Amino acid sequence: MRDANKTIKGTMRNVPIMEIKNIVLRFGGVVAIQDISFDIFEGEIRAIIGPNGAGKSSMLNVINGFYHPQDGEVWFRGKKRAAMKPYQIAHQGIARTFQNIALFKGMTALDNIMTGRFTHMRKGIWSQIIWRGAASQEEYENREIVEKVIDFLEIQHIRKTPVGALPYGLQKRVELGRALAAEPQLLLLDEPMAGMNVEEKEDMSRYILDVNSEFGTTVALIEHDMGVVMDISDRVVVMDYGKKIGDGSPDEVRNNQAVIDAYLGISEK
Amino acid sequence: MLYREVGEFKTSYSEDSQTFPIRFDKYRYFFVLIVGLLFVPFVINDYWAGAVLLPFLIYSIAAIGLNILTGYCGQVSLGTGGFMAVGAYASYKLMTAFPDLNILFIIIISGFVTAIVGTLFGLPSLRIKGFYLAVATLAAQFFLIWLFNKVGWFYNYSASGMITSPSRSLGTFLITGPDATPAAQYLFCFLFVFLLAWVARNLTRGKIGRSWMAIRDMDIAAEIIGVNPLVAKLSAFAISSFYVGVAGALFFSVYLGAVEVTEAFSIQKSFIVLFMVIIGGLGSIFGSFAGAAFMVLLPVALKNLLVLQFGWPVDIAAHLEFIIIGGLIVFFLIVEPHGLAQLWNLLKQKLRLWPFPY
Ligand SMILES: Nc1ncnc2c1ncn2[C@@H]1O[C@H](COP(=O)(O)OP(=O)(O)O)[C@@H](O)[C@H]1O
Ligand SMILES: [Mg+2]
Repeated sequence: MRDANKTIKGTMRNVPIMEIKNIVLRFGGVVAIQDISFDIFEGEIRAIIGPNGAGKSSMLNVINGFYHPQDGEVWFRGKKRAAMKPYQIAHQGIARTFQNIALFKGMTALDNIMTGRFTHMRKGIWSQIIWRGAASQEEYENREIVEKVIDFLEIQHIRKTPVGALPYGLQKRVELGRALAAEPQLLLLDEPMAGMNVEEKEDMSRYILDVNSEFGTTVALIEHDMGVVMDISDRVVVMDYGKKIGDGSPDEVRNNQAVIDAYLGISEK
Repeated sequence: MLYREVGEFKTSYSEDSQTFPIRFDKYRYFFVLIVGLLFVPFVINDYWAGAVLLPFLIYSIAAIGLNILTGYCGQVSLGTGGFMAVGAYASYKLMTAFPDLNILFIIIISGFVTAIVGTLFGLPSLRIKGFYLAVATLAAQFFLIWLFNKVGWFYNYSASGMITSPSRSLGTFLITGPDATPAAQYLFCFLFVFLLAWVARNLTRGKIGRSWMAIRDMDIAAEIIGVNPLVAKLSAFAISSFYVGVAGALFFSVYLGAVEVTEAFSIQKSFIVLFMVIIGGLGSIFGSFAGAAFMVLLPVALKNLLVLQFGWPVDIAAHLEFIIIGGLIVFFLIVEPHGLAQLWNLLKQKLRLWPFPY
């Protein structure tokens, strides 16, 4: 996988890979996002937290093109992004996982992760028809990268298992694998640890930290478990009722009164 | 241990992605090829060609085509009969307009013509799914049949409204027309089946096949990995229609020789091919063959057994056929959506362990 661009924690250059500027998103009368701005630095782990319905998932959907905001701008790598379809954004190097697992149920774990290589496979229809030569060559090269992802996530034993037959925790891991296989520059994770037990959460935290430190992948994640968020993230955005009520390092956020009132206070009761 | 997977170790990714990873399967495949090419042509006669082999080969192509669209890409189509008619009429127009054009090219160009028509009728799939798409393709079916019936240009204004295939040959062998031999026709169809199955296998095992399956399983997730739904769906419609068009062209020019469109390519054809795909197995090329074989052989077997052996009346045997097919459709849809292909896999798994289960 990507070894260049490696960013070592503590030597962060604070270059924003993504800037969210004054995003407003409405569904009819419901204002899901109210004038929110924040940025994501290259190489950091950025957490987005907030109570249910705060608009966190909607924010990821804006970033990867499922929702089109009524107002505001998304800047990626220093350029204002035009309105794009989700598949075009995937080709820019943004991958994600979903809050509710969105795997391809009819395919094996291996095939699911292979689909993650889609943006890297360029051979046209005629070479695929012939298969031998160019297309098979490309397939095997990409398979090699996928095998590295499989090793990294320690899921060798379930390679050929249809994902529908896997337990929840492993499905979440395969979904992460599919996103990683894309070798994204920005990885969006929507509640990657929801519904997991402590051990699975620890594993998942470790994978996220390793992806970030080993491959330099920028990560933006939504998470409810405050312990995990405080442990692994560099900076945290706090949302409540579609508004941003806090932004800063985990310590700053923890001591922010508005955040304590809106979120921490409630969850620590 | 009739069937062994043990002792088969893969040391490279190319070995791991073979079509027939188990040696026994590969032998069986070569066995079928050798019998199909070196034995059958010498023993084939009019009865076997007409009742079993030609329809089996041609329906296999149609079933693979529909399986690409429905089994792999998840887009339902009830327009198969209509698209077969497009292939048939394209081949007829080409044969009559260009008498010197090689029959091989005629069939292939007919496939391309059908691909274009199929892609046009696939456009609604970008907006609608499932039941509504099925209805839209049903409309395509009726529209196409009406068109070929109504517009004289398509049947060269023949008095009967039928189209009749002129004699065309490949090298010295007559392929179409009343004087073509069953062996030549069989080999001609065999060639297409072999090539098209191989192409389908290559397409479905790589990038484009995975993009179809991704659209089928979860279109939202397909988009976030970079699949353009428009390209994936329309390519499935185009390639699927190519197959169905080739099948239609062969069905008319090689198999039937003369066609009345409302009879040969009615909605019933659409259902027959759909049943082949469901019974054989959605999303399986082997299943397309199994389904085609089953649907072609069942009436022949029932007729031979019940009518000729036991002296049952013909109509009772025909009704029994409907009951069996209906029952199987319900069974496969509810219990085993991967059809005969999956039953075959299960059987292999059992054989692999037999007689020493772990
Ligand atoms: N597609 C949609 N249509 C209508 N309302 C939506 C849609 N998506 C999200 N919302 C609304 O936007 C608000 C924020 O939802 P969401 O982003 O899912 O919150 P979170 O992920 O923080 O729990 C909620 O009130 C939700 O009902
Ligand atoms: Mg959410």
